[in-house]
Amino acid sequence: MSGSHDVDIDKHVRIYITVFVSLMVLTLITVAVGYLHLPVGPAVAVALLIASIKGGLVACYFMHLISERKLIYYVLFSTVVLFLVLLLVPLVTVHDGTWINRHIP
Amino acid sequence: MEIPYTVAAREDTGLNNGKIGIWLFLASEVMLFGALFATYILLRVGSTEWPHGYTILNVPLATFNTIVLISSSVTMVMAWASLMRRRFGTFRIYQGVTVLLGGVFLMVKYFEYSAKFHHELFPRTNNFMAIYFTLTGLHMLHVIGGMVVNAYLLGPGSKLYKTNPEWFTNRVENSGLFWHFVDLVWIFLFPTLYLL
Amino acid sequence: MAFPKINMLSYQSYFLGGVTMIASFFIPEGGAAQAGWTSYPPLANISGSGQTWWLIGMIFLITSSLLGSINFIVTTIQLRAPGLTFMRFPFFVWAQFVTSFLLLLAFPPLEAAGVLQLMDRVAGTSFFMPTGLVVSGQVAPNAGGGNPLLWQHLFWFLAHPEVYVLILPAMGIVAEVIANNTRKPLWGYRSMVYSLGFLGFMSFIVWAHHMFMTGMGTVMSTFFQTTTMIISIPSVVILTALILSLWGGSIRFTTPMLFALAFLPMFGIGGLTGLPLGLSVTDIPLHDTYYVIGHFHYVVAPGTLFGLMAGIYYWYPKATGRMMNEFLGKLHFWGSFVFMNLVFMPMFFLGLAGVSRRLFDGGETYQFAQPALHYNVMSSWGAWMLGIAQIPFIINFFWSMKGGRKVGANPWEATTLEWAAPSPPPHGNFDHPPEVYRGPYEYSVPGRTTDFQPQFERA
Repeated sequence: MSGSHDVDIDKHVRIYITVFVSLMVLTLITVAVGYLHLPVGPAVAVALLIASIKGGLVACYFMHLISERKLIYYVLFSTVVLFLVLLLVPLVTVHDGTWINRHIP
Repeated sequence: MEIPYTVAAREDTGLNNGKIGIWLFLASEVMLFGALFATYILLRVGSTEWPHGYTILNVPLATFNTIVLISSSVTMVMAWASLMRRRFGTFRIYQGVTVLLGGVFLMVKYFEYSAKFHHELFPRTNNFMAIYFTLTGLHMLHVIGGMVVNAYLLGPGSKLYKTNPEWFTNRVENSGLFWHFVDLVWIFLFPTLYLL
Repeated sequence: MAFPKINMLSYQSYFLGGVTMIASFFIPEGGAAQAGWTSYPPLANISGSGQTWWLIGMIFLITSSLLGSINFIVTTIQLRAPGLTFMRFPFFVWAQFVTSFLLLLAFPPLEAAGVLQLMDRVAGTSFFMPTGLVVSGQVAPNAGGGNPLLWQHLFWFLAHPEVYVLILPAMGIVAEVIANNTRKPLWGYRSMVYSLGFLGFMSFIVWAHHMFMTGMGTVMSTFFQTTTMIISIPSVVILTALILSLWGGSIRFTTPMLFALAFLPMFGIGGLTGLPLGLSVTDIPLHDTYYVIGHFHYVVAPGTLFGLMAGIYYWYPKATGRMMNEFLGKLHFWGSFVFMNLVFMPMFFLGLAGVSRRLFDGGETYQFAQPALHYNVMSSWGAWMLGIAQIPFIINFFWSMKGGRKVGANPWEATTLEWAAPSPPPHGNFDHPPEVYRGPYEYSVPGRTTDFQPQFERA
């Protein structure tokens, strides 16, 4: 990403400002929802959803991921898969055999 | 022999060395913070009682910090955009504000931590405080690291602009990627610890 | 390398990490790190101060690996010589490439776990200490709400890919030496490369086969047992391809080739003995016994180490401009090969008899272990003789630096790029930038006067 024209950069700058405003709005929304003190399940879902949108905006536009090369996409895809494995598999493993059987009468 | 593709992009990959390098590093950082988030999940799900973050932590202060960090991300990308437009003066302003906002974040964290310690809330108090201090502490170390690099690029490192503006612009872009990542982690940290 | 300064930083971090770890041996009170390489809590949490040094050392070492991986990956992708496409890579380069990805993505969770254990030891947290833990008759002061299994998951998430980090480069070296010393191309190069990629990916989802005895339910133990069985397939493909590569070859029994050849059945034994360990039911009597020690030493000792030895004998002339002595090399090889088996083969029988690992007396105090105790004696004899067998190697290594037969750039008549550089290579490695014209194993090309055609020669 080097040597782009001024016109391109102008377009980018307008996008950055738009993203900035969106991030601010989403931050206020997520805090407002936080004050609702929803039950844990919905609270986690909403918080993760908003955070993912915010994170996606930062990644796609500030980090230019939306126009990045395939190689970077491959690396990041593998990373995301492994991240999810790391987040979920230990949890499922530790609780396997306990929550599954809990509902058996 | 000169090392090729330090600045110019290699034709088949479309990338220069530094860009790939920083993304690989960020991939490893995703796994690092991922492990800590996995820790949070495992500890919370396995606990008999777990406090809601908002009962212990200062949500308004952290919201302010979130806004600070997001703003610093904008100024960071604007700093890079200024360099792309070859406006060195504007770059220095934006880069300076980025470092400043990082400093504000750290100061707020200092007040936050001091308040916790004052109220006898330490990492050893309970597992919530333990994972809170560990996650935000590691994040804080990354903020400091990013600030050091950004300050270097603002100061002595900016000499490179005179001899090789393209290389310098790439360096600012790559350090910007790291800074955005630090912001990204906080975007997930904030609701996880403070709002749930 | 793409990033020379990061290269240096990686080494310095490694050095610091090594010094820190070894320093733990000299701590006056508290003693050296003694919770094993697995550093399991609660023992690691309550161990003497040496364990803290161990953890700090790990952080340096992990940082070193991460920096190195980034450098290897970027260099491999970006700094290829003109004409060097991915499918013209020597197999060793592919092996190192996949290994770097394993290190990059698997190490950080252990770094995080190390930080958590440091917090437990130094800041009084209890990430890994369960509520009500009793140590030496007293309730541990900071124990509360933690989970020792959390450490195990984070640790093994790295440590399983780690074992592939240990074996992949060795497989790469063996592949290079076999191609060179059979004077024919590797059989099934493409399958081997795809197997490497598949193996790399699978290595991330098998880790809990180290944890079958932690009380996980049947769903997850079946999941991990299944992925473990699947991961044996690419290993077998690679080993089979290497064996088939010998067929019809004009085999030169040089010292590196002897080590590479020995690797094949040794890794075969190591791999096969891993199967009962990877199946959750058969793991029950075998877990934490000498059988496990036998298994992993067969893959790492006559596996990785023999690959390493083959590499040293093979690349020594490139690094120094002199050959190592063949007679001493063969002495080293035969001694190592025979005594390696004497050390580790008895361990399978010891383990099948039920003798646990990490017993200070090798099972002497146990009634059931009595018939198997003599295996300990065999292993001990083997160990001493194995040590003595290394002496010719040490002498050879140092003597050959000054007294070895001088050679030029390509003493083995090999085909890969490193043999284009002078021996030893000057700063910058090559006299002039190399160019690649063909695949990596053009041996015995019909119609040529020589039996090899290097990648880097135009004609």
